[in-house]
Amino acid sequence: MTTLLMIGTRKGLFLARSEDRASWDVAGPAFAMNAVYAVAVDTRRATPRLLVGADSEHWGPSVFHSDDLGGTWHETEGGALRFPEETGAALARAWQLQPASAAEPDVVYAGVEPAALFRSNDAGATFSLVEGLWDHPHRPQWQPGGGGLCLHTVVPHPTDPDRVLVAISASGVYRTADGGMSWEASNTGIAAWHNPDPYPEFGQCVHKVARHPDRPDEMFLQNHGGVYRSRDGGATWGEIQAGLPASFGFPIAAHPHTPGTAYVYPLVADAHRMPPDDACRIYRTTDAGDSWHPLSAGLPQERAYITVLRDALCTDDADPAGVYFGTRTGEVFGSADEGESWFELARYLPDVLTVRAAQVA
Amino acid sequence: MTDAAVRVRVPAGLRQYTAGEASLDVDAGALGETPTVGALLDHLAGTHPDLERRVRDEQRRVRRHVNVFRGGDNVRDLDDQDTPLEAGDEVSIIPAVSGG
Repeated sequence: MTTLLMIGTRKGLFLARSEDRASWDVAGPAFAMNAVYAVAVDTRRATPRLLVGADSEHWGPSVFHSDDLGGTWHETEGGALRFPEETGAALARAWQLQPASAAEPDVVYAGVEPAALFRSNDAGATFSLVEGLWDHPHRPQWQPGGGGLCLHTVVPHPTDPDRVLVAISASGVYRTADGGMSWEASNTGIAAWHNPDPYPEFGQCVHKVARHPDRPDEMFLQNHGGVYRSRDGGATWGEIQAGLPASFGFPIAAHPHTPGTAYVYPLVADAHRMPPDDACRIYRTTDAGDSWHPLSAGLPQERAYITVLRDALCTDDADPAGVYFGTRTGEVFGSADEGESWFELARYLPDVLTVRAAQVA
Repeated sequence: MTDAAVRVRVPAGLRQYTAGEASLDVDAGALGETPTVGALLDHLAGTHPDLERRVRDEQRRVRRHVNVFRGGDNVRDLDDQDTPLEAGDEVSIIPAVSGG
């Protein structure tokens, strides 16, 4: 079985392949000098499809797909992702390319900057603006985070196509239960310490949200300060950071098979974005956030000023699960045993922006 | 180039969208009664959509780090996309110096 790891960096896409998840062949870069913020391995199709969002500093953002595992890339004439003329908006970046559930094998969502959600019904060849969110009365009040005003997280429901959760920086979580026609802010319990009212209806700087498909009402959220859990599908949230050395961080990832198991990469604080003790440690919970345990075997533990961006931590779909993360200093680390031990899969890459992995053959 | 054409100089980074050609000749008569840089880019949106959308965004604004010249003049110093063209003009698409 081949495992494919897509590595999007500030200067292109790298593809890593392995038969045993111990020895890896890393190839690239494709889309050299393009910032690759969004990648996806869509395994719902008979032939896996790779999706890439690539931003040229000069020539703007583009979305590409490949049906031969990166051998050749295709773009839709005129561009797959375009804002309608009447919006007055222009695509700045695709932040997220997210295949929907297996119930809708041709549906792919795109979260973009300026903050908007797009939906494709043809597996990513063309996308349409989800107007219900674009027309939301809160939108004129949405404020950008450090990465711009971006919709960076799309979490489709595993069985109900009408229900989708998105996260926007720095506007927070929004949910739809009617297929995108209407949306409600859903940030009850999530703090926004940059706001005079620390618990506003919206305006939170949510960094990432994850969930396990077998327990769709249980969700995990890494906030700009604070790690949270919901047990009602994102309606309300409670803190689960006790047991972590710090509550700041960007990514959060769910285990592919075991509900209640998730991974984070804590950083000291907003004002000190380095790992506690200058040691590179992933933290794992196996009880849905009631307790956390550091995973460090094989990771640098001294003078490691390593940060991990919101989409640069992922799992694969193998058993036992693989876990992967890329760093702003160009390393990629992997684990083939659910995080118990780690190896360096690549180094000296440009800043890693995103990683996604799956078994492809 | 025929006498009736406007020549578009294509930078190396965009020649994959012109089958490798370094320039495109566009009949000035295809650009309406008062040919302009904007009309030229509108024309390219039809004939070479993947080239045009790398020069302008979907709101037809020239991208921030792209410069378009008529002859030796940056059209940002003239009338932007309203800059008039006539047969025999050369329009150059040149990426700005940027990035890291």
